[in-house]
Amino acid sequence: MTKRFKTGYRIGVIILAIITAMLLGAVILWAIGADVLKTYLVILTEPLKNKIGVTEVLLRVVPLTIIALGITVAYRSGIINIGAEGQMAIGILATTAIALAFPNLPRGVLIPFAILAGAVGGAIWGFIPGALKAKLQVSELLSTVMLNYIAAQLYTFFLRGPMLDPAELTMGSGTPQSMRLSRNLDLTRFIKGTRIHSGIFIAIGLAVLIFFLLWKTSYGFKMRAAGASERAARYGGINVPKYLIIAMMISGAFAGMAGAVEIAGVHRRAIEGVTSGYGFSGIVVALFGGLHPAGIVPAAFFFGLLIYGADMTQRLVGVPANMVQVLQGVIILVIVATKMILANPYLMQRVESRWHEIFSRKNRAQEADA
Amino acid sequence: MNFVINILSLGIPFSVALLIASLGEMFNQRAGIFNLGCEGMMAMGAFLGMLVPYSIGQGAYVPGIYNYLGLLLAAGVGALLGIFFALVVVTFRAPQGIAGIGMQMFGVGTAGTLFRHFIGGTQSIPGISVAPIPGLSQIPILGPLFFNHNPMVYVAFFMVPLGWFVLFKTPWGLRVRAVGTQPRAADSIGIQVNRVRYQALALGGALAGLAGAYLSLCQAKMFSDEIIAGRGFIAVALVYFGHWHPVKIMGGALLFTLAQALQLAIQGLGIDFPYEFLVMLPYVLVIIVLAISKKTALMGPTALGKPFNREMRT
Amino acid sequence: MPQSAKDIESLRIEHITKRFPGVLACDDISLEINRGEVLALVGENGAGKTTLMNILMGLYHPDEGHMYINGTEVHFRSPNDAFEYGIGMVHQQYMLVPNMTVVENIALGYKQAWKGWKLDLRLVRERIEEIAQQYGLSVDPDAYIWQLSVGEQQRVELVKTLCLGAKFLILDEPTSALTPQETDDLIALLKTMAQELSIIFISHKLQEVKDLSSKVAILRHGKVVFQGITDDHSSSDIAALMTGHEVNLPHNDAPACTLGPMLQLRNLKVRSDRGHHALDDLSLYICKGEIVGLAGVSGNGQRELAEVINGLRKVESGQILFDGKDITNHNPAQVIASGMGYIPEERNTEGIVPSFSMKENFILKDAESETFSNHAFLKKKVIDKKAEELRTEFDIRSPNTDVIAGSLSGGNIQKVILAREISRSPKFLVAVYPTRGLDMGAAEFIHKQLLQLRNSGVGILLISEELEEITNLSDQVAVIFKGKIQKVLPSSEASRRRLGILMAGVHDDEEI
Repeated sequence: MTKRFKTGYRIGVIILAIITAMLLGAVILWAIGADVLKTYLVILTEPLKNKIGVTEVLLRVVPLTIIALGITVAYRSGIINIGAEGQMAIGILATTAIALAFPNLPRGVLIPFAILAGAVGGAIWGFIPGALKAKLQVSELLSTVMLNYIAAQLYTFFLRGPMLDPAELTMGSGTPQSMRLSRNLDLTRFIKGTRIHSGIFIAIGLAVLIFFLLWKTSYGFKMRAAGASERAARYGGINVPKYLIIAMMISGAFAGMAGAVEIAGVHRRAIEGVTSGYGFSGIVVALFGGLHPAGIVPAAFFFGLLIYGADMTQRLVGVPANMVQVLQGVIILVIVATKMILANPYLMQRVESRWHEIFSRKNRAQEADA
Repeated sequence: MNFVINILSLGIPFSVALLIASLGEMFNQRAGIFNLGCEGMMAMGAFLGMLVPYSIGQGAYVPGIYNYLGLLLAAGVGALLGIFFALVVVTFRAPQGIAGIGMQMFGVGTAGTLFRHFIGGTQSIPGISVAPIPGLSQIPILGPLFFNHNPMVYVAFFMVPLGWFVLFKTPWGLRVRAVGTQPRAADSIGIQVNRVRYQALALGGALAGLAGAYLSLCQAKMFSDEIIAGRGFIAVALVYFGHWHPVKIMGGALLFTLAQALQLAIQGLGIDFPYEFLVMLPYVLVIIVLAISKKTALMGPTALGKPFNREMRT
Repeated sequence: MPQSAKDIESLRIEHITKRFPGVLACDDISLEINRGEVLALVGENGAGKTTLMNILMGLYHPDEGHMYINGTEVHFRSPNDAFEYGIGMVHQQYMLVPNMTVVENIALGYKQAWKGWKLDLRLVRERIEEIAQQYGLSVDPDAYIWQLSVGEQQRVELVKTLCLGAKFLILDEPTSALTPQETDDLIALLKTMAQELSIIFISHKLQEVKDLSSKVAILRHGKVVFQGITDDHSSSDIAALMTGHEVNLPHNDAPACTLGPMLQLRNLKVRSDRGHHALDDLSLYICKGEIVGLAGVSGNGQRELAEVINGLRKVESGQILFDGKDITNHNPAQVIASGMGYIPEERNTEGIVPSFSMKENFILKDAESETFSNHAFLKKKVIDKKAEELRTEFDIRSPNTDVIAGSLSGGNIQKVILAREISRSPKFLVAVYPTRGLDMGAAEFIHKQLLQLRNSGVGILLISEELEEITNLSDQVAVIFKGKIQKVLPSSEASRRRLGILMAGVHDDEEI
């Protein structure tokens, strides 16, 4: 079976997923009486019409990419991380804590330190479900979701309590948020008038890093083997539980870093709603991108576009922003429905030969006509 | 003492949504499928449950029939969503975990979109009110505890023995259990494994929708994005460590609601304890119970999570 | 099954062919069975017997061919169709739901008891009673399946099939997991049943074939190589026909065990997944440069033995010494590092990562080694070169080394595994059913490789069900039965008959 066919099949699946999502979405749009074509047009093109729009999309690409990379590491190692949302929140808490504690550290030290703290926070939050699965066979699907809710409460607790902006206490409206963090933490906004920050280079750097980790190192090789066939990996001497835990820690660390970068680059303080939806969107981006960094970056762009575009639809065509979740859900369902074929080499072989059959029959028919 | 009874009697209705959803998920898992999309189906149910009475009365009082129509609509659409999910995981044999997440996003997104368009904001409805059972509700202690609730509570707790009967005493229940434990055996004897799974998922979906509608019609009497608050996921976990048995599941549902009721109790007693840590409690409890519960399921569905393929040589 | 299903006077199949990915399971098979006959379907593992029976049962669809019952053609789309005609099968792996009772299991197929909402178990019990009387088969209706022994479960399967109205019985290796006493009971029972039903049973045990069948058909590599009346042929005739005249398999002639022990297993007690002792005080040793063949009916502890040696299962008590070093309860990575090679039973799920390429599978055990990685970075060129070398050396048929390993044919997959193991220069090799399901060419190649290894001083434990493979290759033959080594014989003394007796659990004190 050729690699070329496999790639072709993957692209076919993605196109099918988009079309199906748009069709099902159209049903819902019709139900609420919206102009279907106009809505999709707004979502896909409106953001790109000016400089600010494009940079706002790129802004969302940053956390989407980083989280999706982390989810890819976990998924390829055989463990599904639904807890990115919680890991991101804990990462933000860690970053904020560092920034509040050491505001006067020079930029060159504070930024890496704070981002590292975010990574560590997320890694801890990822370690828990990883260890639970490796040692106690607890399904990570359930534990990560529970940890999301727990992290959300912890987050609110800290924002309303120990990390609350003193200004809020004295004269504010009680909004749960931290104070404006040290300027030394700010990631440079390098295009004037827009919010796009240097975090995007961090995201791309991490994408390259993950590529090397998974496909060019022996550790990545073992993790992928464990995820592809846990049994064969075990028989091959690979310590599967150990790599499960490592994979979840990396996955959590990336989500934590995504949070750190969001705070340092966009919001410059810990506020509510930073994580909203990124955890789940990250999963879609990872799947859509074929669980490979080269696919994830463009996938992140596509979904960044979708998310920002959906924000605009409320104003422009009266369609609630929740539509984007609908589309994402359908895309996941389609990609995953076709996954079984992709995973089974025998079935792939059969599909490929039938494809060739159809095509050669077409060619022969054409020749006969000619 | 009165205080405790008050807390408990407030707490029991809180367990209904979780109980109904879990019973539905019990059928799913007994047939061999775990549905993480339960949360999404509940969200749709919650929206639909509210939609009918609201469209008629715009938040004012409406005759009870419309409330019950709302429940019916929620169950019906839930069943359809269950069938949709079955298409993905039974016919296409997709991995159930991620497919469930996709289903969840679809359900939550659709419910949110439709809600914002048709209702929007923080509208509330009178919903279904408490219906004390005459006579029984006057019994001291037991009366207010058990017999002073809205009708859906009685229905929900009746579903426990009903579910037990269906699962263990009917031909269909027998087929469901066979299909989830040893599908090859069922197949070799002529039972259509996939069809039974579709049926179980339809039932599970209907109950999930109903559970969601309960939340909007009877409990919160409104709809919001956060209304389900993870109950769908907790239901999946609950079935798992309730060993797929209706009575244990009921116990589990009550246990988790107790954790929530604790929140009320502590606030009621005026103890100064961070609110957020109380809210966290049920979720932490789920993780702890998952960690310590036995992983071998001798009497449970051992084919859980595995797609069935007759031509697959094991 | 309707109790009113007509009696099956004759069942005929013609030119049945069935293919699976990489394997031609049934090749132009034609057979006929008439009422009251008992047909024994005989052949080595992988000969196609089970597949053929599954086709008769409607579980698989034939790619080519036709089936006729009482002269009219029939097409079975599902087991339901087979039932309509009264065909019932008792599989080798019992089709019972462990966490339900006997009554419930039978009720699952007894549609007369399905009365809308109510499950009429009383009706089922009556039917069970009826069958029990008719055939003298007694079962406890309220026992849970998981509580029953293997022999009892089989009886339940039989009762189930009869309750559901079978007129034609197919039995797949019915005595494979039974004790000698249970086997005798079963044969007596089947003789009684044969007076009323037609029976096909699959077996590779010649004694049963002689005792029970009226006709015998022999399958080899999916083809029928012989059909005839049982009484017209002796056991040795049938044995000879089963294995055929395979001229090219290499023979082991060199003297053995002159170099000292390599692997020593001492008093091993090991538990199976179900909890009982799969290995029950097992002791065995294999020398350097020696092949010890382990003969035995599948299910007597072979799997657990292979796992325990390779660190994949815990040893409860006992010791494993490898080249003098105690490796008991070491983890797989440590055992591999000590120089152990392993060709596992399930090549697709244990031997290779099916979605990885061939060259990735070559380095599965060595990704971290200095040969293939430089401070954790994989040396692509080195890996590619080595993979190409192995592909040529082992004659693996594929366009390149990038192909997905899972899409290769069974023989080529086995070669990949073998290539990997041999290229690691192991001190010892555990080979479990290494030529199962493979064609002659691939089997011959693998046998040559094994002999070469042996001659270069590597010790080999060969676990196999093919007695000819064992007797051809081994220096010594050990027979395993219920987790113990019955006896170890030099291969020159290991005749088929003697091995058969030992494999059935009899201590061969006397010549039978």
